Amino acid sequence: MNAPTVDIRNAVKRYGTVTALHGVSLSIADNEFFTLLGPSGCGKTTLLRMIAGFEDVTEGEILLFGKDIARLEPNHRPVNTVFQHYALFPHMSVIDNVAFGLKMKGMALAERRARAGKMLEMVHLSAFADRLPAQLSGGQQQRVALARALAPDPKVLLLDEPLSALDLKLRQAMRVELKQLQEETGITFIFVTHDQEEALTMSDRIAVMSAGHVQQVGSPRDIYEAPVNRFVADFIGETNLVPVTVEAVADGRATVLLPGGHRMSCAADAGIGPGAHHLSVRPERMNLGTTGDLEAVVERVVYLGTDLQLHTHLDGGQPLHVRLQNSARADLPAPGARVALQIEEGAARLLVD
Amino acid sequence: MAGFLPKSGAESTGYRGLVGPLLLPTWVMVGVFLVIPVALMAIYSFLTKEFRGGVIWDFTLAAYDQFFFNRGLFGDEPPSIEWTYIAIFWRSVWQAGVATLLCLAVGFPTAWFIATRPAAQRGVWLFLVTVPYWVNLLIRTVSLKFLLRDNGPLNGSLMSLGLIDGPLPLVNTDLAVQLGLFYSYLPFMVLPIYAAVERYNFALSEAAADLYASRWVTLREIVLPVVRPGIVAGCILVFVPSLGAFLAPDLLGGAKTFMIGSLIDEQFKGSQGNWPFGAAVSMILMTLVMIVLILYARAQAKAERRS
Repeated sequence: MNAPTVDIRNAVKRYGTVTALHGVSLSIADNEFFTLLGPSGCGKTTLLRMIAGFEDVTEGEILLFGKDIARLEPNHRPVNTVFQHYALFPHMSVIDNVAFGLKMKGMALAERRARAGKMLEMVHLSAFADRLPAQLSGGQQQRVALARALAPDPKVLLLDEPLSALDLKLRQAMRVELKQLQEETGITFIFVTHDQEEALTMSDRIAVMSAGHVQQVGSPRDIYEAPVNRFVADFIGETNLVPVTVEAVADGRATVLLPGGHRMSCAADAGIGPGAHHLSVRPERMNLGTTGDLEAVVERVVYLGTDLQLHTHLDGGQPLHVRLQNSARADLPAPGARVALQIEEGAARLLVD
Repeated sequence: MAGFLPKSGAESTGYRGLVGPLLLPTWVMVGVFLVIPVALMAIYSFLTKEFRGGVIWDFTLAAYDQFFFNRGLFGDEPPSIEWTYIAIFWRSVWQAGVATLLCLAVGFPTAWFIATRPAAQRGVWLFLVTVPYWVNLLIRTVSLKFLLRDNGPLNGSLMSLGLIDGPLPLVNTDLAVQLGLFYSYLPFMVLPIYAAVERYNFALSEAAADLYASRWVTLREIVLPVVRPGIVAGCILVFVPSLGAFLAPDLLGGAKTFMIGSLIDEQFKGSQGNWPFGAAVSMILMTLVMIVLILYARAQAKAERRS
């Protein structure tokens, strides 16, 4: 296997006595769309800025194609960044913004204008080449920032929450465009976001971060369906954490006692032993039935258009959300009704706390 | 009392009738402090001088003629161009220009330093910049003269350090005047540049570095163009008063460093004065400054239209 494009080895970042990153190690492959996902303050932006060179690396190494770049100035690193608020140069026209990196690399005027023109074509902004950034909409500015960062043909493109300032419709359209662009150019993208939907739709792999640690690295499917701990399960999508008792573990399967007295069998990772645990169950992986694994009382039915959401609680008072497809069902439970819920086969996941 | 409060609905149009009265203080101020003095100065510049100061109400162009033309000692020779006053003007522009550059060289890093401190500290630094200006300008200029004179502390310490053998002649030089002007007007450079740098988005510098620009290139290509309005405002605020200053050239300069301010000052002092000539020199100075400012405003408007 080839050496990874970006190899982060035990990177530590401290600000005085505060540690922002506790020894993060990540390997990012060529052509990968890799996302750093986590809540604000988790260290994801700090890590991105360390790769770009805007933050010193307190300890550890950052290797780009096997070469340590951790101590290089940002202008000597072959990576480019799309900034959260675009940071377009306000006194330069759109085309001069896009050509700036090429100019700094010493490309001749005619050549760089031609390349910058091509980049603008790629992001459908050729007609706006001579405008100033302030005369563009947010979405257009975002695309200029993208063209500017891609123009010098970097090995790695760093994107710092580039979609967060756009409205929902535009954000959704840009997700598809970004993914397409990444596939066409073959450039490695490292994308920072706090929006899990964004991460799930675009990424090849995701690193979920919290409190300066990487919690889990995996494909969107891995992360969503097999979260390794309570934090990941809770942060990615919506989930119910049901308190359960593991009675016995054998051959990687656990016998679990659910609240209400029913028992079920589910996969158990190493590290799970008998005792109190939480079971993660996604709201959409439960169905109404005549008999079920769990019994709950309906509090409220929320109409979401494509879906219906049932807010219920178990006998012990723990809230439980259930999501049902909005079909032409006639037997919707009314608030106050007692319902039986079946957990889909393989949908429940025992978590290490 | 009720008449001053805006009323609801259709009656609120009565509010508009208040605009005139409310603007009255502004008009009074502009009239009393701008229009009347300038008009007076303009009129006086066309009057005939009275030998003990004051004017005779006879309209003449004599003051302007004296400024631009030499007609010999008795005024009966064919006119040639009078260079004395033009030279004083030119020297004033030069001195004010050097003082402005000094202010810029010191003021920009100072403003940058203050604007990049944590927000809570900035107020303290700005306060410190303005503290010397609570002392009267005359006192400060005299103190500067004391510092610079032959047996003053600056020459004294340089000599005791053995760096120089005899005192450097600092007072009564162009340099002393430039230092005096620099010291008088430095805050006018620092404050507008501070305001511009404080609004500067440092992500732009990161973006430039990310796109392979060195620190020096980033300063030249990104920072300076973006904070330019602050720099221009600072330069105008220092250059214009420096041009007409008379305290610094009077106290720190000698006969060779005579500037417009001193020339005008002289015309209104004692029996040697010439009020119409002083007024004419003031008018010429004001016209010069106005032309520079109008040209700048035009260039600015043109640049904005183009973008």
